[in-house]
Amino acid sequence: MNAVSTLPPQASGHTPEGPVQPWLGRAGRRRHILPGFHLTLGYTLIYLSLIVLLPLLALVLKTVTPTKDYPSVSQVVGHVLAVTMDTRSLDSYRLSFGLSFAAALLNGVFGFIAAWALVRYQFPGKKVFDALVDLPFAMPTAVAGLALCQIFSKKGGYLGGPLYDWFGWKIAYTTWGILIALTFVGFPFVVRTLQPVLTDLAAEVEEAAACLGANRWQTFRRVIFPAIGPALLTGIMLAFGRGVGEYGSVVFISSMIPYRTEITPQLIIIKLEENDYIGAAGLGLVMLVMSLAIVLTVNIIQFLSARRRGRA
Amino acid sequence: MKRATTDPWLTRYLLIGITVAFILVFLIFPVCVILVEAFRRGVAFYFASLGAEHSISAIRMTLMVAATVVPLNTVFGVCAAWAVTHFKFPGKSLLISMIEIPLWVSPVVGGLVFALIFGRQGWLGNWLAAHQIQVMFAFPGIVLATAFVTFPFVARGLIPLMQAQGCAEEEAALTLGANGWQLFWRVTFPKIKWGVLYGMILCNARAMGEFGAVSVIAGSVDDKMTMPLQIENYYQALGPEGLPRAFALASLLLLLSAVTLIIKIGLEWRHLAPSYARPPKPELVP
Repeated sequence: MNAVSTLPPQASGHTPEGPVQPWLGRAGRRRHILPGFHLTLGYTLIYLSLIVLLPLLALVLKTVTPTKDYPSVSQVVGHVLAVTMDTRSLDSYRLSFGLSFAAALLNGVFGFIAAWALVRYQFPGKKVFDALVDLPFAMPTAVAGLALCQIFSKKGGYLGGPLYDWFGWKIAYTTWGILIALTFVGFPFVVRTLQPVLTDLAAEVEEAAACLGANRWQTFRRVIFPAIGPALLTGIMLAFGRGVGEYGSVVFISSMIPYRTEITPQLIIIKLEENDYIGAAGLGLVMLVMSLAIVLTVNIIQFLSARRRGRA
Repeated sequence: MKRATTDPWLTRYLLIGITVAFILVFLIFPVCVILVEAFRRGVAFYFASLGAEHSISAIRMTLMVAATVVPLNTVFGVCAAWAVTHFKFPGKSLLISMIEIPLWVSPVVGGLVFALIFGRQGWLGNWLAAHQIQVMFAFPGIVLATAFVTFPFVARGLIPLMQAQGCAEEEAALTLGANGWQLFWRVTFPKIKWGVLYGMILCNARAMGEFGAVSVIAGSVDDKMTMPLQIENYYQALGPEGLPRAFALASLLLLLSAVTLIIKIGLEWRHLAPSYARPPKPELVP
């Protein structure tokens, strides 16, 4: 696993006649043979603390530290609870998590189809389509949001007008628009999670299933799907996690009406603009805890599937 | 002959059709719209839109931020990968999962944490105001927020790469008398340079395109905006000039993502870099 190795004893520099090599220092007391342990680990820890850990700690502490307006801890916590349990906040969680989940499921379906087609079939331009799957990773979300809004708004001159005239569908500035934006940003996750698993799937297993009399659908349902299930679930959870935190593309396509099309990240920014730092910190903590829950779920899925594979 | 592992032709064409249609409508169509809208009124108008005062200042800001953040995170990434892959120490897997925190935290939270420290009511707000140091709504704050969201990119690509390479060659160089710097520049760096480049272009793309984290910090001060923020600003301002300017700026960012994608795919196809798109293997459960 770990690329750490120790030199065999005869290479350690202790020749009876020669001096101890300088790079070994006081040999025997050093646990690490290669240089730079203290320098690199020290720098890593300092930079990690400054950029990530201390700022996150500052957020957590903000939700329990008294200020001028809220002079006691219980008042601060009371305010945090009041903000995070407010109807407006609850509606924003419902929208953020509900739509992200719907988008993740959509990505589960389309991502599975795309991964299957890109791994199993040959068609002209396949490599280009495969490369384009990464576009939402490389494209700034603001650019995606701007383009999607132009496409789906009634006055944009693309799909929005006809969709409204023919079917009466309004997409931009409604929850449907947010759903489309979240589907866009989450699309690569499912495809890229599934592709390696589908590639590694042994053809013999499918052949065996066919030999035993299974038709193609039975083979898929009973043999292929259980094998790729954990990866599919992982991809969906990753897309979900990405959608929950997304802001850049949604800001263009959403009308930001409180209680109706306001996502939680938006509400955090509004709280900050209202100078309600404690409330913003409380909402930030809610999002942090939710992300942690999603990451833990992904971990548990991977742990369980690894254990199952180990047993099989 | 019908092989046991081939799907019926109807399924095949249906799935290929859905895939191609989805990618065309959701991924290629938006790209075309950006280009069409940017050049709708001709090339001269396009360059005039790009040359607008706020566009220029936004481009300058974005370039400066990326030029600061990318080297910072690259040095960090190389250090972290060196420490994690060459040595054994307690808490290593915890360190690796902590490096990945910014990947799963919402970018808005990434900006929020710095606002809570440097903002008017933040931890250091009074002290900064007393010393007249501007962090919020200014370059340092934008750099910090961008550094947060792009934090893991270089390290994440390098750790699996360096783990796979092992450190036998480094140890050999050591026995031949190389010192630390020689070891790094002559032995390790040539092995990992494509991996570093790979991490850097991803870090750069995200740094230039970041919206959520930066929008918390930068607010709405006109000449302290990065390109994505200025796009939104133009878009909200509407008017006859707003939209064309927004699309002109967006086309520049689109060019950036195209270049990023081409380098990324090129490195992946030559197997010079691990596929980043593979999901992170979070190691929170040791």
